[in-house]
Amino acid sequence: MDINSYDIGNIDIAWCPGCGNFTIWKVLKETLSELDLEPREVVIVSGIGQAAKMPHYLKCHTFNGLHGRSLPPATGIKAVNPKLTVIAESGDGDMYGEGGNHFIHTIRRNPNIINIVHNNMVYGLTKGQASPTSQLGFVTPVQVNGVILEPLNPITVAIALNASFVARTSTVDTDQMKMIFKKAIQHKGYALVDVFHPCVSFNKINTYQWFRENTYYLEKSYDPKNKFDAFKRASETEKLPLGIFYINRDKSSFEESLNVYQESNESLFSRHAELSRLQEFINKKKEE
Amino acid sequence: MKTIKSEDISIVLCGPAGQGIQTAEKLMVSILRKAGHNIFATKEYMSRVRGGSNSITIRVSSKPVSALIDRMDILIPLDRDALKHVSHRISHETVLIGEKEKLMPDVEKLPCRILDIPLSKLAKETGGIIYSNVITVGIISGLFQIEKSLVHSCVKKSFNQKEKEIIDRNLNAIDKGIDTASDFSSDLTIDIKAKKEPEIGKEMILNGGEAVSLGAVAGGCHFIASYPMTPSTPVLTFLAQHAETFHVIAEQAEDEIAAINMALGASYAGARSMVTTSGGGFALMVESLSLAGMLETPIVIHLAQRPGPATGLPTRTEQGDLLFALHAGHGEFPRVIFAPGTLEDGFFLTQKAFNLADQYQIPVFILTDQYFIDSYYNIPKLDLSKIKNQEYIIKTGQNYIRYAPSKNGISPRGIPGYGDGLVVVDSDEHDEEGHITESSHVRTNMVNKRLKKMDALIREALPPEWIGPKDCETLVICWGSTVHIVFESVRNVNLEKMAVLHFKQVYPIAPSVSDLIKKPKRLVMVENNATAQFAQIIKTQLNIDIPIKLLKYDGLAFSVEELTQRLKKVNL
Repeated sequence: MDINSYDIGNIDIAWCPGCGNFTIWKVLKETLSELDLEPREVVIVSGIGQAAKMPHYLKCHTFNGLHGRSLPPATGIKAVNPKLTVIAESGDGDMYGEGGNHFIHTIRRNPNIINIVHNNMVYGLTKGQASPTSQLGFVTPVQVNGVILEPLNPITVAIALNASFVARTSTVDTDQMKMIFKKAIQHKGYALVDVFHPCVSFNKINTYQWFRENTYYLEKSYDPKNKFDAFKRASETEKLPLGIFYINRDKSSFEESLNVYQESNESLFSRHAELSRLQEFINKKKEE
Repeated sequence: MKTIKSEDISIVLCGPAGQGIQTAEKLMVSILRKAGHNIFATKEYMSRVRGGSNSITIRVSSKPVSALIDRMDILIPLDRDALKHVSHRISHETVLIGEKEKLMPDVEKLPCRILDIPLSKLAKETGGIIYSNVITVGIISGLFQIEKSLVHSCVKKSFNQKEKEIIDRNLNAIDKGIDTASDFSSDLTIDIKAKKEPEIGKEMILNGGEAVSLGAVAGGCHFIASYPMTPSTPVLTFLAQHAETFHVIAEQAEDEIAAINMALGASYAGARSMVTTSGGGFALMVESLSLAGMLETPIVIHLAQRPGPATGLPTRTEQGDLLFALHAGHGEFPRVIFAPGTLEDGFFLTQKAFNLADQYQIPVFILTDQYFIDSYYNIPKLDLSKIKNQEYIIKTGQNYIRYAPSKNGISPRGIPGYGDGLVVVDSDEHDEEGHITESSHVRTNMVNKRLKKMDALIREALPPEWIGPKDCETLVICWGSTVHIVFESVRNVNLEKMAVLHFKQVYPIAPSVSDLIKKPKRLVMVENNATAQFAQIIKTQLNIDIPIKLLKYDGLAFSVEELTQRLKKVNL
């Protein structure tokens, strides 16, 4: 497929020059084209924030909902039409803060969707407050004495909840990001991809340089099927590993378990009211 | 002396939760109904799983009845606390059926007549104390002179999942009850005048929760996501239990915010979708109600009211969330609110709600309450031939844009995966393609487009139902679940000079209403809340004052007796 299939043309993009969002945007467009997915087969669901503006910048179906609320609509869309490729994407504040409850329970529900989180460890659109992943001591206009809340580690949380696919990548290495995006899309079940990227305007600590110096790749021999190893590696703080931490292929997806697809795999939008079955039900009810 | 001579007998079962009161109720109702009696039943219960005192009022009648009454002709108290719980309803005409010794000493102070039955002894002979409820069902069957074979077939049906030994014991218990009833000495015989019609036995019993659920199925609902909350949960339960039959995805979400967002995603993808919730749960959904308004994504919201604020009285009833439903959600966008009164309303309005939501791409409310959801009675049929479901989703072409301008504000709605177009929706203000914008010009056009739908919605609003003489002196206005209670009370007071005006669509109000309610000399509003919320809507929308307001907000529905008394005072 044409590598430009997802380009939307000349648009005004609201991201700051040098923002990591540009890299994720470019890699995602390439990934989808290389996987031969037509834009009309792809729905991107996002919340609110700078990262959440992304679906406006590429050709695809878009559900740009409320802050923190991208995972539930993504679950609903996939359940109604499992043929669609559904990607829920937003920033760390949206997914792990405002949407924290959905993050936990979507992992438990295991819909066959991809969850891309732009993790720059800071709030951008609201101008520089701490995010759930901000490091201890990170000083902001609100956290004036530095962050005192324990940073959320989304990778260990997801592994602890037995998520079916858990990975972390960074905008420093677009090849790895693309490889992981592809595997996440091809994976059956919920797939978390946490993407480290710098915020050039509000995070002067976790810069490109910082990510280069403070991350390393999981070695080739690493086995992502072992949950306890995965948890151990994901818990490392000295240097942060990148790669696919955990894959659990034994889980069935949310859509697979739904009663509506037992008789037919037809998407729900094309089904009508079950009036003859309703009549049967009413007749039976009279005999009760 | 014959105590009860009425054609309309009320039986009240009262006892702690978890002691078989529901089993007795179900069995009793099935027997009385199969015998050909009209049945109405409603319950009031505490917010607990075991213990306390819950009561069920069952009206058995020659004519169809469907309203709560205070009067108790027959009281079956399961324990001493039950007597205290319903003591205000006991009169010298009440016949108490129970074991006197177990109800001492309170029972001696009561004005009612007592049929002292050695229930413990009889139950022990049958196989254990748990059979005492079934024995009382037998007593009722005997008093109503219902054929033994019919009673037996109902018992067998009711316990058909159990082993033969259990069924036999229950049959034995029923027979003991029937024999007991025939042993009552003549001066205690209860003369039941309620007639039996075989045709009634063929009707169906439906409660409010089922009416709404079946209406959803009839309207083509294929998706419900909700979080359990009394009294709204029965709709989620019903659709979950019949998910395979009716092709419904029924998902229990982690919270109400997730629930409505899942439903909006499902609706965006083309499935007719709903949520069912109650006050506090709906409060959590409010931000996303506004999202539905912005995206123009259809959704049906079943809001079963209970008394607030906050947790309020979780298992009780109130019409306190009307203005909340009307004003919920930041920003300005159209909506419709239906408030069913009859079971048929519950069914047909819910079915209509799905079509209206799809046609106008708006949120539509079904506003019920605990009284409506938990009350049931027999109805002859639900005529499915009256149902029309219209398809509004279009197949998109390559140049499809989601928010194309139109005269009536409605843009053709495409969905992802059906056609070659792309469907872009955004919670930000957006342009015709659905992309984020900050243009003041586009903003103004989009607000106008969304609000334009109100014109047609007002034109199409369902007019209220006028029951009674057109030239009445007093018009009693009500909405939603109170209709049967109000009508029966008005009939008690003066049906020649009083009429009832019942609204089943409370927003927007049909324009014809202005002329309708200007004629009568006296207007009375009856509402199950403290601030006459619907009267406020009438005032704002039509600029008409309703001077007399009969309100109730103690957590219970009006009883016919109570409302009759209050209406009499008004009518002096």
